Amino acid sequence: MNRYPMWKNIFVAIMILIGLIYTIPNFYGESPAVQVTPAKSSTKLDPALLGQVEAIFKKENIQYDGIYLDARGVKARLANTDTQIRAKDVLQAALGNDYTVALNLLSRSPNWLRSMGAKPMYLGLDLRGGVHFLLQVDMKAALDKAAERFVGDFRIALRKEHISYTGVTREGQTVQIRFADATDLDKARSVISKEYPDLMLKETTSGEDKLLLASLSVVEQKRIQDFALKQNIQTLHNRINELGVAEPIIQQQGTDRVVVQLPGVQDTAKAKEILGRTATLEIRLVDEEKSDLATLEKADKGQAPLGDEVYKTRDGRAILVKKNVVLTGDYITDAGPGVNSQSGQSVVNVTLDARGARVFQQVTRENVGKRMAILLIEKGNTEVITAPVINEEIGGGRVQISGMANTQEATDISLLLRAGALAAPMEIVEERTVGPSMGQDNINRGIHSTLWGFAAIAVMMMIYYMAFGVVSVAALAINLLLLVAILSMLQATLTLPGLAAIALALGMAIDANVLINERVREELRNGNTPQASIHAGYDRAFDTILDSNVTTLIAGLALFMFGTGPIKGFAVVHVLGILTSMFSAVLVSRAFVNLIYGYRRKISKLSIGQIFKA
Amino acid sequence: MELFRIKKDIPFMSYGRLTTTISLITFILAVIFLSTRGLNFGVDFTGGTVMEVNYPQAANLEKVRKAVDSIGLKEATVQNFGSSHDVLIRLPVKPGLSVSQLSEQVKTALIASDATVEVRRVESVGAQVGDELYANGSLALFFVCIGIVLYLWLRFEWRFAVAAIIANMHDVVIILGFFAFFQWEFNLTVLAAILAVLGYSVNESVVVFDRVRENFRKMRKATVVHVIDNAITRTMSRTVITHMMTQTMVGSMLLFGGEVLHNFALALTIGILFGIYSSVLVACPIAMWLGVSRANLIGDTEKKESKKDGTVIAEPHPSEFTS
Repeated sequence: MNRYPMWKNIFVAIMILIGLIYTIPNFYGESPAVQVTPAKSSTKLDPALLGQVEAIFKKENIQYDGIYLDARGVKARLANTDTQIRAKDVLQAALGNDYTVALNLLSRSPNWLRSMGAKPMYLGLDLRGGVHFLLQVDMKAALDKAAERFVGDFRIALRKEHISYTGVTREGQTVQIRFADATDLDKARSVISKEYPDLMLKETTSGEDKLLLASLSVVEQKRIQDFALKQNIQTLHNRINELGVAEPIIQQQGTDRVVVQLPGVQDTAKAKEILGRTATLEIRLVDEEKSDLATLEKADKGQAPLGDEVYKTRDGRAILVKKNVVLTGDYITDAGPGVNSQSGQSVVNVTLDARGARVFQQVTRENVGKRMAILLIEKGNTEVITAPVINEEIGGGRVQISGMANTQEATDISLLLRAGALAAPMEIVEERTVGPSMGQDNINRGIHSTLWGFAAIAVMMMIYYMAFGVVSVAALAINLLLLVAILSMLQATLTLPGLAAIALALGMAIDANVLINERVREELRNGNTPQASIHAGYDRAFDTILDSNVTTLIAGLALFMFGTGPIKGFAVVHVLGILTSMFSAVLVSRAFVNLIYGYRRKISKLSIGQIFKA
Repeated sequence: MELFRIKKDIPFMSYGRLTTTISLITFILAVIFLSTRGLNFGVDFTGGTVMEVNYPQAANLEKVRKAVDSIGLKEATVQNFGSSHDVLIRLPVKPGLSVSQLSEQVKTALIASDATVEVRRVESVGAQVGDELYANGSLALFFVCIGIVLYLWLRFEWRFAVAAIIANMHDVVIILGFFAFFQWEFNLTVLAAILAVLGYSVNESVVVFDRVRENFRKMRKATVVHVIDNAITRTMSRTVITHMMTQTMVGSMLLFGGEVLHNFALALTIGILFGIYSSVLVACPIAMWLGVSRANLIGDTEKKESKKDGTVIAEPHPSEFTS
């Protein structure tokens, strides 16, 4: 009655083996490494980069332990921190600004483990050191800005249709148009509802004046907010890439917040400066008259003609641009990839606001056939994103930039057009910084708590329950093994509260074994045979174990749903710990007991500590 | 080795009035401390900034205080913790200044006053985020209670569910009472500890209730009081051993866990100690007074079944164990 079928024993053995394999990487520690990633998140990773980095290392005679390519870039493990810093400098110099080279730490675990996807646990910022920011996007400002644009747009639209009005103003997120005459209002209404179908229109009167109120529909508001958030995240990505952080996390939280986590960053002042910086976009004319080869060459060496500046295009060619700024990025309201309906070519559709549209129309009228450069100025660096030819006069504020090689390029360019600046201001509403020595201290604290607690429990269990105590401790150890293995597999973020949850999970998991052992003792006390007592003890304890774990699970799930940051980390480990403890306390410990007692014919006594017979 | 050698069932239920009175008194005391002193909420909930800094030599608190005062933060508290080298600085939210600007200013002032300072940890939470964390915390507590009541209701019956949740909410209030009395800082990790302990103490009640249900099946002739007494007595050994083990682990956290885990472990300790008592000696009398009986726990179906095979009543009357 106390023998497991073969498949069950094998199943337990396999689970333990898997647990071992996925736990091992945590013991190898980490070695210094460098990581090369494309500087712009819109740039696709070229697999040839691996060979390139290898060649640079060979040329500069830098020894490396391992090098490989993953989804984000190339990572190389180095012997020590001196080589690491030299490698970083050498790579950055050789690869230039297109790539970001960051210092990193990589697991020293052997390749066969990595090929199985076995990685060490992913440590949170409080364990590895670094800075965590929670940024609040000012959505009201984004909506105000959108409404403000309609003020200008309406003026132009009404003037174009020769509808007379007495004033256009913005009240919060509602635009008010005043008319002296009701027929003008009706005409205006039909024009606006045709051109801007997303707006909600309402009519009222105020004294003598007839008013037309236009406000953003809920759908439109949501679209603007989503757009602002996405654009801000995109901008943050680009900026953080410059910081050279190895594994940044930039995530949306809720509808209007962004979490930014920068492991290993200590210079918080610089990080804040970069996150809060504003980049600008400028549209200027290319100086076609002076763009002959000789002048360009001279300009490239630093002698630009008067009134011109020389910049590099994205493919590295020099281009002469007039100093006079036609438009800034503030006038761009949207940019997205598209397809020209006639030629079928990939294009970028740019939308300008009313004022921008007017200026743009005038400039394009006067410069047909010439090129227009779009420049991104960030941190004093200026780059020409694209320089399309003006084919005709462009009015209405909808600009199509053709000449894209493919959809990918169109997407990339529209991202750059949008991502240069923040769509709405952001404010840091939460900051948590942990220094590197503190991180290591926290790891030690967590590990010491767990190990000493475990040791004390082990001693007490073995004294109290003898052989059954040994089995319980073995089951508890396997619980720890499985928990660490699952955390490593899931790559869930492990925080200090998470480490505390591991300790607590062990302290609570022993309950199941105590329940079982007490039940077995009780069965023996009632005069049952040893084999029958084991069987009945495990059987009867199971219901109780299940019930009590479900209540703990409820608490864990609530913590997970409502917790943020460190509390979520606690909840994840807590819940996983309950699941692994169910497995190890019931299945694994039973397997051990079966192996010890199940195959003996006659047992006169179980080694479960003294039992006072009634 | 066996700690418990109990011959007769201990008549716990006859002490029911006494144990619940003791509970009621501690509960009222806790409520009084909570209402007069209030909780010392950490920056997680109130908003504000905490900085942990370390000096290679013993820190000069006066100098640190002066540096912090120099940027016009009169309400800041500066104190040692752990060792004389470590200083904890708490700053309230300052209107018109974002939390990150504030921490940066303090950092600059500290470095200007003594360049050897190492900033080990900064936690800044804006007032609005603090309010949300508070709201989410309360929601989590509420859902845990609802979840547990529903589960116990399904698995047992409403009398047990109500008894268990009253007993365990009383634990929560007592933990809060301790935190109010000693003015220990109440932060997010303490809240996590409280929710964890809530789930854990309910275990306790579940184990006893399980046994009560089992006893109702086996001890056909025994009275309700007798059934409960027997259930508590027979699970007592397990209750004490389990709590001892869990407390060992928590004690280890209290010893080695450092500043961040200290209050977490403290909340768990109080929760575990009071949990033993309340989940058994409070939950059971309440369930009894609410009128738990064989009929409403097992129902009529069970009776029919037992008639069919008749072997269920094979277990002896509990008094026979003790002879």
